[in-house]
Amino acid sequence: MTDLQESPAPLAAVPQPPAPRRRPGRSLARSTVKHLVLIAVSVVMIYPLLWLLVSSFRPTDVIFRTPGLWINGLVLENYTGGWTALAQPFGHYIVNSAIVVVGAVAGNLFACSLAAYAFARCRFRFRTLWFAIMLITVMVPIHVVLVPQYILFNNLGWTNTFVPLILPKFLATDSFFIFLMVQFIRGIPRELDEAARIDGCGHGRIFLRVMLPLMGPALATTAIFTFIWTWSDFFTPLIYLTDPNAYTVPVALKQFLDATSGSNWGAMFAMSIVTLVPLFLVFLFGQRFLVKGIATTGGK
Amino acid sequence: MSAISELSTLRSGRGRARTPQEKAALRRENNRDNKAAYLFLAPWFLGLAVITIGPMLASLYLSFTKYSLLQPPEWIGVQNYVDMLNDDRLHHSLKVTFTYVVVGVPLQLAFALAVAIVLDRGMRGLALYRSIFYLPSMLGGSVAIALLWRQMFGTEGLVNQLLGAVGVQTSIGWVSDPSYALWTIILLHVWTFGSPMVIFLAGLRQIPVMYHEAAAVDGATRWTRFRRITLPLLSPIIFFNLVLQLINAFQSFTQAFVVSGGTGGPADSTMFYSLYLYQKGFGQFEMGYAAAMAWLLVLIVGVLTALNFLLSRFWVFYDD
Repeated sequence: MTDLQESPAPLAAVPQPPAPRRRPGRSLARSTVKHLVLIAVSVVMIYPLLWLLVSSFRPTDVIFRTPGLWINGLVLENYTGGWTALAQPFGHYIVNSAIVVVGAVAGNLFACSLAAYAFARCRFRFRTLWFAIMLITVMVPIHVVLVPQYILFNNLGWTNTFVPLILPKFLATDSFFIFLMVQFIRGIPRELDEAARIDGCGHGRIFLRVMLPLMGPALATTAIFTFIWTWSDFFTPLIYLTDPNAYTVPVALKQFLDATSGSNWGAMFAMSIVTLVPLFLVFLFGQRFLVKGIATTGGK
Repeated sequence: MSAISELSTLRSGRGRARTPQEKAALRRENNRDNKAAYLFLAPWFLGLAVITIGPMLASLYLSFTKYSLLQPPEWIGVQNYVDMLNDDRLHHSLKVTFTYVVVGVPLQLAFALAVAIVLDRGMRGLALYRSIFYLPSMLGGSVAIALLWRQMFGTEGLVNQLLGAVGVQTSIGWVSDPSYALWTIILLHVWTFGSPMVIFLAGLRQIPVMYHEAAAVDGATRWTRFRRITLPLLSPIIFFNLVLQLINAFQSFTQAFVVSGGTGGPADSTMFYSLYLYQKGFGQFEMGYAAAMAWLLVLIVGVLTALNFLLSRFWVFYDD
């Protein structure tokens, strides 16, 4: 857990004036109470996750009798059994999910950064109008495009392929990330690309040579959020992937409900942990970017 | 500046007098910009046409038809909308969704704000606490967590075990009892308060310390400072969080689907609107009806967002 502790707060580098002097006794009591409350809340927040982890190493019949977090002897059968409990070994679904995630991340990085550059740095006709439309599309519920999109992809014969899950990302339909990148580019001094322009660079080269290298944090945020959202996405694969061989991890995991009607909790928990591990790793190593990215969008 | 304030302040107009030479140079540059921009935006335009606006128009058309994918759509006028008026299950799903939104969203935001304020600047261990509170909101949308929730609130689940351990014997099946099932999903929503909390933390950092210092010198209590300084200066961010969470909450699906095993049960108590829409469209293949339902959702979300913007005049304070 050291990584968590060491990751710096986003704006910690900004020097803050010293806090106003308070009577030391009162402030000590206050901060003790604060920490106690925060620790209590932390325990409640984390307890289900730890319990899930511990339970995945317990025999199923013990899971139902043990609210605590201790383990008497590690049981690995849930993992070995769960891995092969479905039509395909669980690794198959992980590969499916990985393909979709890699495609989605590549698509969002490519298409959103191009669009963001245009919105942030080019003057073009109806710019304000297009920008407003882009912002509004952030708010459009997916349900309203769902049925015709399904019909379209179905008629093209793309159901049970990963195309409906990946292609829209290459067409910058996640406008949230366009907005995030526009915000970021606005913070990059214009002098840099103006200098490149004086040196004879066109927009293409400015984008590739000046902007992209400077957009690292925004690109990382986009990649991480796309990873997490795509990996967890349940709705879209549920609709487009009806062939069990094409299932992504969330849809595969859901099968434990249908297949075993809740009798094999151990295997289900073990595979749940397997699907959460990539998310947790991304969280651990990407937290700094996540916090910064989410704060940029919300902050004024 | 957030997306929300961006939308409300979108203005064109940069009217500055220029010499003819400057104007000509500017026009040349604008032309180049124009071409480049439309090239850079080509994928987005294509997506807008093919994935967003095209399907929106198509779904508007489909909402006036009867369509089961097998035969071509059959025009039935406003029949779907009339049927929606008489669909008790739909009304019930609206009630469930509104309960979820009206209780879950403010509760989650209040929690996020409260924790963010406790985690104020200079707090020891801030990074660690923030990580712990943020983690659930990263994992919370996944099927794995929804499955965990289903077990936790089952008859023999973790919650009843914990209650038993402290002496409260109960055999309530929280997810199988219609009077509790929705509340377990609301609780799951509140549990993921981490991401609005991070946004609040960022907002709190932007409030100059000297405002609080000056007020403290003048003898203002903590509560007064919270009400008169923190809340007004944070109001744009509260507004941003509120609008986003509201839009998201109306579309909630995964948790209800998994917790109820896809049925919206027990007794339709977790029949979220989007779950009902999914059942109509992809369970019973009533595509026209599903399209009409989707447009009602757009209408509801649109009206609520507009209402939010209107009301924001009275309580959102922009410091610029």
